[in-house]
Amino acid sequence: MVHPERFAALFNLSHPGHFISWGVLQVSYGNAVVIVLMVVAFVAALLLPFPGHRDKGGR
Amino acid sequence: MTDPRIERQWTTRLRKRVEGTFPPEKVLPDTQPSYVASWIYVFGVLTLAALVMVIATGCALAIMGPTWWHVSGLGHYINSTHLWSVEVFFFAMVIHLWGKYFMAAWRGGRSMTWMTGAVTFLTSIGAAFTGYLSQTNFDSQWIATQAKDGINATGAGSVFNVLNLGQMLMWHIVLLPLVALGLTAVHVILVRKRGVVPPFADVPEGVVA
Amino acid sequence: MKPTSWNPDVDVAEWTGTQRPYDIIKEGTIAVVFVLIVVLTLSFLFGSPDDKPVTLKQWSNAAPIDFATTAFQELAGTSGVAQYGAPYNNVPGTGQKIGPVSLVNLMGVTIPINAAADFVLRPLGTQTSVPTVTASLATWQHASATQQQTWLTNYAKHLPTAIRDSVMVVTPNDAGPVPSLIGGLTTMAQSGALDNALLSNSTSYFSTNYTEPLLFLSDGTYFAGLASDKHLAGDQWGMMNETGSFPGQAWLWLYTFLYQVSPYSTSSNADALVWATMMLLSALVVFVPFIPGLRSIPRRVKLYRLIWRQHYRSEKH
Repeated sequence: MVHPERFAALFNLSHPGHFISWGVLQVSYGNAVVIVLMVVAFVAALLLPFPGHRDKGGR
Repeated sequence: MTDPRIERQWTTRLRKRVEGTFPPEKVLPDTQPSYVASWIYVFGVLTLAALVMVIATGCALAIMGPTWWHVSGLGHYINSTHLWSVEVFFFAMVIHLWGKYFMAAWRGGRSMTWMTGAVTFLTSIGAAFTGYLSQTNFDSQWIATQAKDGINATGAGSVFNVLNLGQMLMWHIVLLPLVALGLTAVHVILVRKRGVVPPFADVPEGVVA
Repeated sequence: MKPTSWNPDVDVAEWTGTQRPYDIIKEGTIAVVFVLIVVLTLSFLFGSPDDKPVTLKQWSNAAPIDFATTAFQELAGTSGVAQYGAPYNNVPGTGQKIGPVSLVNLMGVTIPINAAADFVLRPLGTQTSVPTVTASLATWQHASATQQQTWLTNYAKHLPTAIRDSVMVVTPNDAGPVPSLIGGLTTMAQSGALDNALLSNSTSYFSTNYTEPLLFLSDGTYFAGLASDKHLAGDQWGMMNETGSFPGQAWLWLYTFLYQVSPYSTSSNADALVWATMMLLSALVVFVPFIPGLRSIPRRVKLYRLIWRQHYRSEKH
């Protein structure tokens, strides 16, 4: 017998969402978090030194 | 020695061509150019890994059929893994696309690599969209009734009926995955064949800029 | 052979420099395990949304007046679907255009929907155990088109706005069998029978095609109201939103955005124009390698200096 509650999510996101409105722009918190994380990941990927290859210049 | 009849065979010619284009050290390389040293390069392989997860979790959902996840806790969890695989997939793929754009990765005869990647991205949007339509819940009802106007306006709605669950499910689990996986295979093979694009360099001597 | 002319956005000097060890199988394995852990964790933390579908039964019980009004519009041929045009029916003057071309009209009617027959009359025809409905249906079908139109016009003058003892309050006027038909369809929907009748309208038994019940549902205001409450409506950037607080199809941001701004937001050809724009932009992305200007941006922006900074530094030495 499978008990559904055993698989319940830790945080319940099934409640009405929140939205950021800025002029014509409207974005849900959920989407905003994803988009911000994408930009952060992109910038981090460009800036963080890649391991195994020490920056020789040391600038 | 070599028999000219054998040399002329389609099979022989195909094998020689594949061997020439894809020697084992190109398919499974053990070195790569020293300029490949940035975290931006990991988003390609992350996209592939997420695609593997999307397919695996989708197959897991397929075992018990399209409505099982509404009534089973395990099913709902597997549905969650399918959703989050897709979110990770797009997350990684878009960053991969940004990175490749700013490296101008189409240079040096790599335009087909770029184009197959871009078309895979567009196909994936369609695949995800038909997935939303196949959820058999409020979301799929609403998305279907909203999307019909856009798709009808293109004329495609006359054959691609977003209100037809059976049709959308088939597109989602058969046709679009086939196209996406096929394109991905070609994309990866092209990357292996052409290698990773070299950095922008000074104009070589002997050519006209 | 070297190219005799050199375009830095097209040509490269292929790498003849140093190589470093690279374990492609190990890299792939780590990536799969990493994504697996991320996905399992996110699923454990947040789960996924699953709002129950709306049924005609739910709609007709929760908002019987809205249902009955929609049912009347289907019968009278004034509903959204009845006036839609291709691919559902022939309605002069419909069909979105890009310039002079209407692709939807070129494709024609391929999913025929007769709102009155498919949504009202045929489903009522299955209610053979309800004598009043059977009688009203016979009256309707034996009347002339002019007579039917008179009844519809009269009924429309006094659309029911109230329910008493779970029966719609109909102002007596010469509407013939219309009140009985609409009341009968509402009762049928409230029992749940209409959901099944619409689903199997076009087939004998099996169906995986929800075109008819979804089109009927989308003609009322109840369904759109539920979606609007969940912030899913088109003018709420709804296409990229998900039910609850989940992230949705964020990758549809540009498509969704176009619907919010002029000229798209005010055009009667909005869908066709948005799609045409998106197709054009998608083509630009696919064909970037061949488009002068677009393909030069990366070289001019110089983000690549950051990506290959170790390479450029070691070059200097």
